[in-house]
Amino acid sequence: MPAYYLEALTVTLGFVILLAEAFVPSKNKSWAGIAGAIGLVLILILAFFAIGPNEKPEAAWAAWPLWNFYQYDSLARFYKVFALLTTALVLLMAVDYRKVLSRFTENPESEEGTGEFYSLPIFACAGMMWMASAKDLAGAFVALELVTITFYILVAFMRRNVGSLEAGVKYLILGALSTGFLVYGIAWIYGSTVTMRLDLMPAAISGMENTIPLLFGIALVLVALGFKVGAVPMQMWIPDVYQGAPTPTTAFLSVGSKAAGFILLIRFLTPFLEDGSPVRTQVLTILLILAAATLLFGNLAAIAQSNFKRLLAYSSIAHAGFLILALAAWSPGSESAISSVEAVSFYLATYLLMTLGIFFILAQVRIHRDGEAISDFNGLGKSNPALALALTVLLAALAGVPLTAGFIGKFFVFQLAVSAQLWVGLVIAIIAAAAGFYYYFKTVRAMWWIEAHDESVIKLPTISKIAIGALTFLTLLFGVYPDPILALLR
Amino acid sequence: MLALLVALPILAFFAILLGAPARQTAIGACALNFIFGVGSMFCWNADIWDFSVRVLEKPALHLAFGYYDGMSLVMVVLSVIVALAAVLSGKAPEGSEKLYYGSSLLIAAGAIGAFASTDLFFFYAFHEMALIPTFLMIGILGRGDRRGIAWKITIYLGLGSLVLLVGLVWLASLAGTFSIPEMLANKPEIDLAAQKGIAALLIIGFGTLVSLFPFHSWAAPAYASAPAPTSMLHAGVLKKFGLYGMLRIAVPLVPEGLQVWLTPLLVLLLGNILWVGLVTISQKRLDTLLGNSSVMHMGYIFLAIAALIAVPGNTLAVPAAVVLMFAHGISIALLFGLADRIERSTGSLDLSDMGGLAKSAPGMAFLFGIAAMASIGLPGLANFSGEVLVFLSAFESYVPAEGLGPVQIACILSIWGVVISAVYMLRAYRNIFQGPVVKSTEKAADLTFIDHIPAVILIVALLAVGCYPNILLNFLK
Repeated sequence: MPAYYLEALTVTLGFVILLAEAFVPSKNKSWAGIAGAIGLVLILILAFFAIGPNEKPEAAWAAWPLWNFYQYDSLARFYKVFALLTTALVLLMAVDYRKVLSRFTENPESEEGTGEFYSLPIFACAGMMWMASAKDLAGAFVALELVTITFYILVAFMRRNVGSLEAGVKYLILGALSTGFLVYGIAWIYGSTVTMRLDLMPAAISGMENTIPLLFGIALVLVALGFKVGAVPMQMWIPDVYQGAPTPTTAFLSVGSKAAGFILLIRFLTPFLEDGSPVRTQVLTILLILAAATLLFGNLAAIAQSNFKRLLAYSSIAHAGFLILALAAWSPGSESAISSVEAVSFYLATYLLMTLGIFFILAQVRIHRDGEAISDFNGLGKSNPALALALTVLLAALAGVPLTAGFIGKFFVFQLAVSAQLWVGLVIAIIAAAAGFYYYFKTVRAMWWIEAHDESVIKLPTISKIAIGALTFLTLLFGVYPDPILALLR
Repeated sequence: MLALLVALPILAFFAILLGAPARQTAIGACALNFIFGVGSMFCWNADIWDFSVRVLEKPALHLAFGYYDGMSLVMVVLSVIVALAAVLSGKAPEGSEKLYYGSSLLIAAGAIGAFASTDLFFFYAFHEMALIPTFLMIGILGRGDRRGIAWKITIYLGLGSLVLLVGLVWLASLAGTFSIPEMLANKPEIDLAAQKGIAALLIIGFGTLVSLFPFHSWAAPAYASAPAPTSMLHAGVLKKFGLYGMLRIAVPLVPEGLQVWLTPLLVLLLGNILWVGLVTISQKRLDTLLGNSSVMHMGYIFLAIAALIAVPGNTLAVPAAVVLMFAHGISIALLFGLADRIERSTGSLDLSDMGGLAKSAPGMAFLFGIAAMASIGLPGLANFSGEVLVFLSAFESYVPAEGLGPVQIACILSIWGVVISAVYMLRAYRNIFQGPVVKSTEKAADLTFIDHIPAVILIVALLAVGCYPNILLNFLK
């Protein structure tokens, strides 16, 4: 099966759910989310049977010019699976979150206004999958915009909620600005290399004498992609948008959108970081500065937060810093050492498990305790010990405690930075990781040490219960046995 | 088989989570571990103890356990003994049994895992894993300013471990492997600049975990605040991780780098012995006194390590360090266990408002007396063997004609530490057990038969090694 079927199927699934939701009368819209999640999982299974043109060169479709825009390799498959899994989990989270969603629509009593919330993420997912296969800057741009525009709607979805609207406007303005940067940057790169195809880029830049226009273009594109992944100085939108957006959207932004940004960053940077590239040193310097600034800002600003969702926003910036540090320590990998791309992909995969697990819990706390502050977790250890234990494991994993998956990601980053001898980056990473211990454990402390003002037991819906349990278990499993994730990349 | 020793406490932890009776499960798991652990002393060379599963292809990481040499064996035996005593002697507060025993089991599993690992990655990871339950135990069930103290250890130990991680990763990347036996078998050639860097990172990293002066200020308040099993396990076993790491990893692999830092290290360890020793004398509570004394005694073990750094072929230093680690682990666990018992029966640990406890609780007085004597270093008890070996190792290959080297000077100064220990230990004993009976000690209950069991296990170990140190030394040849 040619690989582009995957995107086509995903878009079709989105349309089917959108239309079905509009024409099938039903009070309870949860079936749309569940159907969407099942559909995505089926596509996910198909992803393992998809092939690119090299594997079947005799087929008619293998000769199509589409393959100038689109590639399918193990990295593309990894990030497609990633996007599908994230979206499926976000849809399930939305199913359990729909009471809050409907409260802020025109008719708070019914779920009339919530149906689109189950189809929009599927369209964004198609965009992310396309980004994973990007081979051409124009194609990448279109895919990126599909994701971004969908997110404008998803962020502002709770339209009778001021916070959500404010977040939507902020995201729209800053997103539009970053799009401008992206197009302008692509124009400069095209102007200096006369190609938009990333696979032709190494040939186009080798031996280039005046690299300043090219570097200018790269810097502009980095600004735009920095916006996607949440790197300083384009991180300004993250705390407000994360806090205002509906929790499933925040989770989707934090995991899906960030991962899509990183795969595009990897695809975009690879030709410029290969041996023989005339701009290699400069690009690595830019990345190191970005990483250092992002690590410091994300971690130090997180210390002062008292709202859990905002804390996660800063933590998402902080993790972007670690990921960029892995790129700044660029290594193509060897027999015994991991490559930067593998490290980033592994880190993102573990980040998916931990972050989505936490957002599932946060969504339920939001519903039952009607708040998202750290103090709303007070006494959770007494009222819901199992839930509190799961959250403790997940937070410890985010902080990077060994024998959880989060540690191995950080371990890879440290290893790459040591091999590349980025001592400045390492010192900052140590400070950042230590600060991480502090602010993640603040929530652990709230759960176990501080008396609750509300001792009611939180009753988890079945889907959330299974999802939280599975994600926590996997976080622990991959902490001891990480090979399966990397096997997916081979 | 060693994997079983690590897995048993973890499985027991999950069993407790799922509703198994906490105390019985914990004791059962630790008793089984004790039998296997002590039993392994008789056949530790056999292959049955090795276990290895590859968990990652590149870099090649293995979840691997095994006795690399007698040092690992002694540390594992120490862990199982202290773990059993810890779960036996503790008494969980009402309603927190699961947390109390579950955490103790996890700390024990982490310690055994770290000492038994033959892979650098898991060696580090298991130790770190044990810090989370420590943090929770102090934060939830601690005494005094438990929250502030829990934060303090999180920051100190977190930062220390991260520095250590960088050092270990640097070392492993130069060695090209994470397997400790492979590393030690074909020692990588590391240039001096890198050795210096790695050695500094390892001294700071391991040093923070062992409470080397001046990174020690987390330790005393933490042990004073922690519930008994936690301070027994942490001060007795887990803290030895750093010393074990110095001996296992740092000294063989970056010897020249460490030599550069020898003099600073000697100054720091004297800080432990003399400065912290004096601080210990001025303590007014038994728990902080014991906490500080445990920090102080780390200095002696570092002295043995320094002797090994100064004279690479020093045959006495490793046995000295290992015997003293074992002795200190057992004696400090005994002291913390008894301190907890004293507090439970008198409601106080304040040295100034106690006295005459020997009248109402003679059994406790007897056991505490032995523990205090061990800690001072009375002959016949294990600590004496350890300390004497340490002092002898410092004078290994000493040529009188050349005068005293820095290690010998440090050794002579640190012998004063023995006097300091005698001062504070005897004073504590006098204040608590002798003198006029006061209100808090008047009706204090003595130890029951059951309460004796953990103390007796520990004392037997102390006496055995004290009278016949070859039990341990035979493993270290």
